[in-house]
Amino acid sequence: MNSRKPIKYYPARSRLLHWSMAVLIISMLLIGLSMVESLAVWQPLALSLHKSFGALLLLMVIIRLVNKYLTERPKLPKKLSKLKVMAAKLTHFALYAAMLLMPLSGWLMQSADGRTVSVFGLFNLPHLVDANIKTYAFFREFHALMAWLLIITIVTHVLAALYHGLVRQDRVLASMLYSKKPK
Amino acid sequence: MKGSRRTRFKHRMKSKITEKQARLIIFIIVLPVALMLAYKLSSLAGKKSVSASQFVDLQQGAISHPGYRRAHAKGICISGVFESNGALSELSEASVLRTGQFPFVGRFSIAGNDPSAPDLNAPVRSLALSIQQSDDLSSQWRSAMNTPPVMAVGTPDEFYEQLLALAPDPETNQRDPNKIKAFFASHPQSKDFLEWKQTYTPANSFAGEIYNSINAFYLVNQSGTKQAVRWQAVPSKLQGDIPVMQASDPDALQQQLTTMLQNQAIQFDLLFTLASEEDDVSDPTVLWPSTRQVINAGKISIDGSQAQKGGACEHLNFDPLILPQGLEATADPILRARSAAYAESYRRRAKEVLIGEYK
Repeated sequence: MNSRKPIKYYPARSRLLHWSMAVLIISMLLIGLSMVESLAVWQPLALSLHKSFGALLLLMVIIRLVNKYLTERPKLPKKLSKLKVMAAKLTHFALYAAMLLMPLSGWLMQSADGRTVSVFGLFNLPHLVDANIKTYAFFREFHALMAWLLIITIVTHVLAALYHGLVRQDRVLASMLYSKKPK
Repeated sequence: MKGSRRTRFKHRMKSKITEKQARLIIFIIVLPVALMLAYKLSSLAGKKSVSASQFVDLQQGAISHPGYRRAHAKGICISGVFESNGALSELSEASVLRTGQFPFVGRFSIAGNDPSAPDLNAPVRSLALSIQQSDDLSSQWRSAMNTPPVMAVGTPDEFYEQLLALAPDPETNQRDPNKIKAFFASHPQSKDFLEWKQTYTPANSFAGEIYNSINAFYLVNQSGTKQAVRWQAVPSKLQGDIPVMQASDPDALQQQLTTMLQNQAIQFDLLFTLASEEDDVSDPTVLWPSTRQVINAGKISIDGSQAQKGGACEHLNFDPLILPQGLEATADPILRARSAAYAESYRRRAKEVLIGEYK
């Protein structure tokens, strides 16, 4: 085997980060959208878990960005049109931007509301800004807007992955699913 | 198997489209159908409960007042000190319940969504407090107390129905007594509330009312032992006469309060009622028996007031679930719904302040 051959599959640590964050982020979006509308008994618990997992996801996206920088990634198929390559790059950029801005805007809106984010009851995050209703309003609406942007980009991302896996049947979907060519 | 089906398919299509194109067509057809099915299934699952925005929509009424609270829109800011006597320090580790002086910002308000409604027409009055435990921003105790000691019903859905039954007809602007009667008849849990309503006469001052936590909370001490409590602010004896109210003045209660505070501080005792094991602490409709132990935790001393506009309470959300360590929420469904409904009201007015609709 030639060691200088480009890799075709993502390494295990990248796949672990990708899929664990996928599960967490989709859960967070579903919890977030339902808890702001819910008057149910579980609402305050959901809210505190949402804040704790938000802090965890902020840490994970930082680790992921470092990992992305340090790790060689499988290349997109050469046959892919320029437009599709551009779309893939744009979607990935939007995903990373939203993954960073979601937890940050959540933390900022809590600070602006004079509230402290407790991470699983273990420790508190520091306040980023002074309590102010206008700052709160800005980050509250930004957080909601960013959630919808994230949902749209995730749907695009999943559709594109399925398109590669089911329609084109190239190695793009497989590169995030397996460590080597499945039998 | 698969191969033969594909071959036949290809044959039928007379190779006009490639296999890849066929996959794409199937993909484009199947996916939206699957998504629509999933959406339909999810909306069928579970019965519909009243949402926070439906609730706040009902409270704000047909014409909302931008920048104001959707409920209890009219009020006056107050400030003062909670002089804690430490009587509850065995039961709770909250530093606000140890001996000491704790400053607060608060608000007297009246029920309703109109920030210029006449003070004396409102059926319910409120005292809200945000007591500062320490310099740390996170250690606040917020409490929004009302004149009724209990709720008529115990869940947000039933409370929504109650508000609907009490709402005046949009055309005649009159309440429908038959609708109200039917609601209470079909909700026997409102018995304690209706008994209170019959005996209650509004005090001739904000300073003369008893304000109740309504919902039960837990006191939690250092060893983790929980004791369920309700609390109420009970007026202390005032020295001298209460200034006369101008009944024709729409701001009668606020004017009188301002006059009173020029001469003396207004004081309340903060009394905690301890639940026994027989009391259902998650039911806000039942009044606990008068034989329950009551502990006086200290004095709420109000020494100043400010107009709401530009005042310190103006942009505060008196969310009753902002509790310091040592105080916890019970499973009371109304208590847990209050936080989300207050948040929705706060989000709406915050946005209106940001875009300059609040004048």
